[in-house]
Amino acid sequence: MSLVELHAIHKSFGAVQVLKGIDLKIDEGQVIALIGRSGSGKSTLLRTINGLETIDDGTIMVAGKKVGDHDTDLLDLRLNVGMVFQQFNLFPHYTALENVMLSPQVVKKQSKAEARAIAEEMLTKVGLADKMTHYPDQLSGGQQQRVAIARALAMKPRVLLCDEVTSALDPELVNEVLAVVRQLAEEGMTLVMVTHEMRFAREVCDTLVFMHHGRIHEKGAPEAVFANPKTPELANFVGGLAG
Amino acid sequence: MPEFTLWDIVYNLLLAARWTVLLSLVAFVMGGFVALVLLLVRTAGNPWAMRLVRGYVELFQGTPLLMQLFILFFGLPLIGIDVSPWIAAMLGLTLFTSAFLTEIWRGCVESVNKGQWEASATLGMNFTQQMRYIILPQALRIAVAPTVGFSVQVVKGTAVTSIIGFVELTKAGTMITNATYAPFTVYGCVAVLYFVICYPLSLYARRLEGKLHNVSR
Amino acid sequence: MAYQFDFGSILPHWKLLLDGVVLTTELAAVGAVAGVGLGILGAWARSSRIPVISQIVAVYVELIRNTPFLVQLFFIFFGLPALGVKLSEFQAAALAMVINLGAYSTEIVRAGIQAIPQGQIEAAQSLAMNRVQIFRYIVIRPALKKIWPALSSQVVIVMLGSSVCSQIAAEELTFAANYIQGMNFRAFEVYFVTTGMYLVMSIVLRQILKIFGNFLFERRHHA
Ligand SMILES: Nc1ncnc2c1ncn2[C@@H]1O[C@H](COP(=O)(O)OP(=O)(O)OP(=O)(O)O)[C@@H](O)[C@H]1O
Ligand SMILES: [Mg+2]
Repeated sequence: MSLVELHAIHKSFGAVQVLKGIDLKIDEGQVIALIGRSGSGKSTLLRTINGLETIDDGTIMVAGKKVGDHDTDLLDLRLNVGMVFQQFNLFPHYTALENVMLSPQVVKKQSKAEARAIAEEMLTKVGLADKMTHYPDQLSGGQQQRVAIARALAMKPRVLLCDEVTSALDPELVNEVLAVVRQLAEEGMTLVMVTHEMRFAREVCDTLVFMHHGRIHEKGAPEAVFANPKTPELANFVGGLAG
Repeated sequence: MPEFTLWDIVYNLLLAARWTVLLSLVAFVMGGFVALVLLLVRTAGNPWAMRLVRGYVELFQGTPLLMQLFILFFGLPLIGIDVSPWIAAMLGLTLFTSAFLTEIWRGCVESVNKGQWEASATLGMNFTQQMRYIILPQALRIAVAPTVGFSVQVVKGTAVTSIIGFVELTKAGTMITNATYAPFTVYGCVAVLYFVICYPLSLYARRLEGKLHNVSR
Repeated sequence: MAYQFDFGSILPHWKLLLDGVVLTTELAAVGAVAGVGLGILGAWARSSRIPVISQIVAVYVELIRNTPFLVQLFFIFFGLPALGVKLSEFQAAALAMVINLGAYSTEIVRAGIQAIPQGQIEAAQSLAMNRVQIFRYIVIRPALKKIWPALSSQVVIVMLGSSVCSQIAAEELTFAANYIQGMNFRAFEVYFVTTGMYLVMSIVLRQILKIFGNFLFERRHHA
């Protein structure tokens, strides 16, 4: 049984159908890169997996449980699935440490000492042991994004969703964030990431999923998919990136 | 008929101004409390509750304060509740204040970035936790300046209660005018006293607003 | 014994209420047009390079914004005759509304002007426009467009505020209501109905201002 199973996910915004039947299984330890053109539905797909968007049709199973629309189901889902956003979305009124400590305390009801220990561990892991008392606006974009990753990890999710986590960063800050993601992948974390960093995707991911017009158009090991695209759309997409 | 010196006029107005201040404070505190409840109802997302709160706000923002006071003052006795001008004034201004503050604060809550709702949701927080730890602290910082600014409107609103016979600064002004036949002086003094109460609040609101624009945290 | 509501007792007086609505509308119209005009002038003067002018406007704005409308009205109607300025009820009410709205709209329009990017003004200067031309052709329209919603709200507030003009016996809607309840002793019913009329008036006024704004700021396509 897979950790996350999506079956026939459909989603429309008004008259626009954005997801037209997505089937996807995510296994424990799998590292998936979601690629595709702007507007192909990558973000929407990630957001449905985390319950940020309701779905019109289809089922989502996480850790063997079907996700309904009850609040408790949603909580269950979110305890299993963490998310990191393109725009970081750190809480501006809390320090880095407090950002990471908050939800273990209020959602998981951990003691302050416990939450603090985990938060310090996670911030150290992302290389920010010396920035714990800084507020978000005192941190660079790359540092903020690493805090956001630490914040998601502190909830001990079984899978982490990353939506273009380096797209809002200046080029020189991209690598420090990618290094953290690479380390997570090496440690066996289950990851689903939307990315435009094709080289990174090729090196780190074990599965590549190409989305096109709201469907999964092609899927496979990165080397195979890149070297030998089966559809003209993917060939086009890959070619466009090279050129 | 006794002669009124300027000091007599000012002294009597000052006595009455205490009621203006008291009424303002009471209306502001109680109105703020009602507004907070309405705000939570409005934000929590039940469509019927939302519509009800919106209607409430539109009703109070779309009718004169004087009419609201008249309806309370003349209406409550009909359902067996005898109200003094003080009670009617207090109730009326509280409702009036709550409607405006609900609207002001709603704007502040909505100006908190949508990403903050989403990030806290993905961390497993429920509505209450999101409000308490993430949204309200940020909205509050934005809300302080317009809230202080609105307090000036509350103070000025108390003048209208003179019309239902509550003796505060304006009513005292009218009474003293009737005794002194010196409307220019008396209403001039009344205006100055209101200014003395309101202007510091206005200044403070503007300072807060300036601060908000300069620092983000 | 429970109170028997009798809304029918208002019907015979519908003509009075209608007259009240007309007068309130007139007051609001005069107040809005002259008040906003005064506000635009005020905002212009506020940015004057002659400090005295700008300071006088600042004092006017603060004085009005920090005192109740009712007191301003009493001062104008009862106080000014001491200086030899005798105004009718309508004149006093209209003047008070203009002065009141003028102060608020000065501040609102000024905020709109300040929001115009400096580059716009520099571009106009580089095209050799003078201050008046820049204000008239470059600044005022986008500024008004930006603050139109705030200005509209203020106009509605002033229209509703005119209800206290009944206190100087200006025969607007509230005055009519007071008059009727003095005759039929049905205070609650009268004020209830009157409140409803104000609500309708504020909704209509808001719509008119919105439509007028759309007309004023729509993109004109010249042939
Ligand atoms: N909240 C929304 N309301 C309406 N339309 C939406 C909404 N969110 C997304 N869309 C539309 O859905 C489509 C897919 O959007 P999505 O953000 O999933 O694309 P994406 O693949 O992530 O693109 P990008 O690479 O630009 O981030 C787009 O056409 C977008 O305009
Ligand atoms: Mg996207």
